Amino acid sequence: MPVITVLEAIRDAMREEMRKDERVFVMGEDIGARGGVFLATDGFLSEFGEERVIDTPLAESSIAGIALGSAMSGLRPIAEIEFADFIWPTINQIVGEASKVRYGTEGKLQAPMVLRAPQGGGVRGALYHSQSVEALFAHTPGLKVVTPSTPYDAKGLLKASIRDDDPVIFLEHKRTYRLVKGEVPEEEYTIPIGKADIKKSGDDLSIITYGLMVHHCLEAAQLAASKNISVEVLDLRTVRPLDVESIIGTVEKTGKVLIVYEDNQALGIGSEVSALISEHAFEYLDAPVVRLGGPEVPAMPFSPPLENMFMIDTEKISTAINKLAEY
Amino acid sequence: MKIELPQVGESVTEGVIGRWLKNVGDKVEKYDPLVEVITDKVNMELPSPVEGVLREIIANEGDTVPMGGLIADIETKESENSPINSDTYSNLQEENIGTTGVLIKDAAPVGPTGSGGPISQDKPQPDPSIKDRPKSRYSPAVLRLAEENNIDLEQVVGTGINGRITRKDVTAFIESKPNTLESQTIVKETAASTPRQDQEKITLSPIRRMIAANMVKSATLIPQAWSEVAVDVTGMVLRRESIKESFMAKEGINITYLPFVVKAVAESLKKNPLLNSSWSEEGIILKKNINIGIAVAAPDGLVVPVIHNADLFSIAGLAGVMENLITKAKNGKLDLSEVQSGTFTLNNTGALGSVSSRPLVNHPQSAIMTTEAIVKRPIIAADAIAIRSMMNICLSFDHRVMDGAEASAFSMSVKNLLENINSETQIY
Repeated sequence: MPVITVLEAIRDAMREEMRKDERVFVMGEDIGARGGVFLATDGFLSEFGEERVIDTPLAESSIAGIALGSAMSGLRPIAEIEFADFIWPTINQIVGEASKVRYGTEGKLQAPMVLRAPQGGGVRGALYHSQSVEALFAHTPGLKVVTPSTPYDAKGLLKASIRDDDPVIFLEHKRTYRLVKGEVPEEEYTIPIGKADIKKSGDDLSIITYGLMVHHCLEAAQLAASKNISVEVLDLRTVRPLDVESIIGTVEKTGKVLIVYEDNQALGIGSEVSALISEHAFEYLDAPVVRLGGPEVPAMPFSPPLENMFMIDTEKISTAINKLAEY
Repeated sequence: MKIELPQVGESVTEGVIGRWLKNVGDKVEKYDPLVEVITDKVNMELPSPVEGVLREIIANEGDTVPMGGLIADIETKESENSPINSDTYSNLQEENIGTTGVLIKDAAPVGPTGSGGPISQDKPQPDPSIKDRPKSRYSPAVLRLAEENNIDLEQVVGTGINGRITRKDVTAFIESKPNTLESQTIVKETAASTPRQDQEKITLSPIRRMIAANMVKSATLIPQAWSEVAVDVTGMVLRRESIKESFMAKEGINITYLPFVVKAVAESLKKNPLLNSSWSEEGIILKKNINIGIAVAAPDGLVVPVIHNADLFSIAGLAGVMENLITKAKNGKLDLSEVQSGTFTLNNTGALGSVSSRPLVNHPQSAIMTTEAIVKRPIIAADAIAIRSMMNICLSFDHRVMDGAEASAFSMSVKNLLENINSETQIY
């Protein structure tokens, strides 16, 4: 199987879907002539032309609004927000409108749109190029929120998102773009939205995580193995809807759970996962459910040492694993 | 001053508090023994780092405390003087108060009538309820497993923090007792037919708990294989007999068989380095020094003092080192350095009368050997029956690290070295 990066997987997914389905088009800032700020749409303008590769003004609210309108009219837009940090002007269009289209029209209308955005820190991007935005969108029923970690997952999930009949917020961790490589089959496949994946099997404790953190967790799990601690790593892949069955499954297996996420810890995805566990798997718990998430700080600091303190890394995860294993 | 449990050795991460040697309110001199601390390596008396009065015992007997954790509070002369006294207060009033005011630490609260109570230094008393702290609670997973499998949790040894019983402890316990249900029923039936109290519980001492945890570690983490070799030690017995009295006269100590065995083991470890190693997932770690631990039955339980660089000593040298270590072990006076860094363990089970035993490897080492009782037996040598002094040596080893071939090469080397001891064998 060819080995490609997350970025290449995303580019391939969009290109294949656009070749297959004329209704699919891309729009966003600098995605045409420039090929996107991360080159996710490199070469698209020459292949698909200006009607299907639309450079927009710097107006995120309009990007989301136009995408929503065209989706309701029967097209399948993939709108790119250059950085998730600039996604906030779309809240009215996405949370206020797109999420409610199907429900509000008793299913007469639907909004099959994808809003792609690179997010996450650890790239020396400071306040406005490091944010994680999944929890704010995941709070809203009617939306789907996807957070892939590997090229294989990114491609399969993006294709599923484009074909999905509801609005999908597709959040790509920009640090994984070129950092994470993996095998991706040449033949056609999709991955169902809402299915978690056991990235490593183990039986002493479970880590539930998603996005970039999957890779730090796998590293930490490797380190733990040398201390005879067997760690299972469950990659949620989709944070809305959550794969409750897989979450409960791993808890029943190990009884100890560490939830790792880069986004703010309080009221984050891990808070919901923790609550689900205590509701559905209480009798299987062998230790308190532990969250390891971002600190109570409004934004990524500019100073590199402070950014290192802010980010969850392999060492912090290892410390949490050891503590939980000891319990 | 808050007293912390000091870091007592690089691989030691926590200690169990033993008996407190001072009571709350006692005056303590600097270096006075304060409390007994038991680690997985050694028992020691912790000297007080300061002079003062023991104000509070934070960690009670039996508590497990991480290195650096708080164990007590000692009021020192400095801390007695630290509250602002009236002199400094009046100075402050005149010179430094300013518009922000000062916080007067020793003023009593003012009551509703405007009067304050007497100024007193409240000495926080230890909470009496801490002493008889309830048993730690079981997790839902542990309770469910125990109920489903009919297990009395009192019988399960906890390996979690502070001796907590974990889910894994219960599953290990279930696996170790395949017929739990059956035996449980039998116990119930006998209990019904004989109404009298038929069992008694011995409270676990910290050291018993520690030994138990280490044994569980050895039995659960290390896949162990075992072998036994019979050794003709007639030559060794004669050699020892011939020098016994002169050695006592010259050195003032009794020479036993053990130094001969340690010498042979050290030589054999040199030739078979896998027996002197540790397993890790990254690879097998060969230990460059040959540090042989000797299992000693001390009054409180098993301790294992270590002969460092055993290969560098003569038989006489080993006799001296061991005499010293074993005496210290029996009196509970070993230093931490004397029980650390063992790379191989030797257990003289023969002293207890055993002729065959299956020792558990001392985790994280890779092998352990016993010397069994020396017994005269008729054996066939050169097609004739002879009466020879025979001793079995038993070896348990980590089968992940080595296979039977390497283990046997080691045993055979020990055997050959011991069988070749004769009247010419150098003692010095």
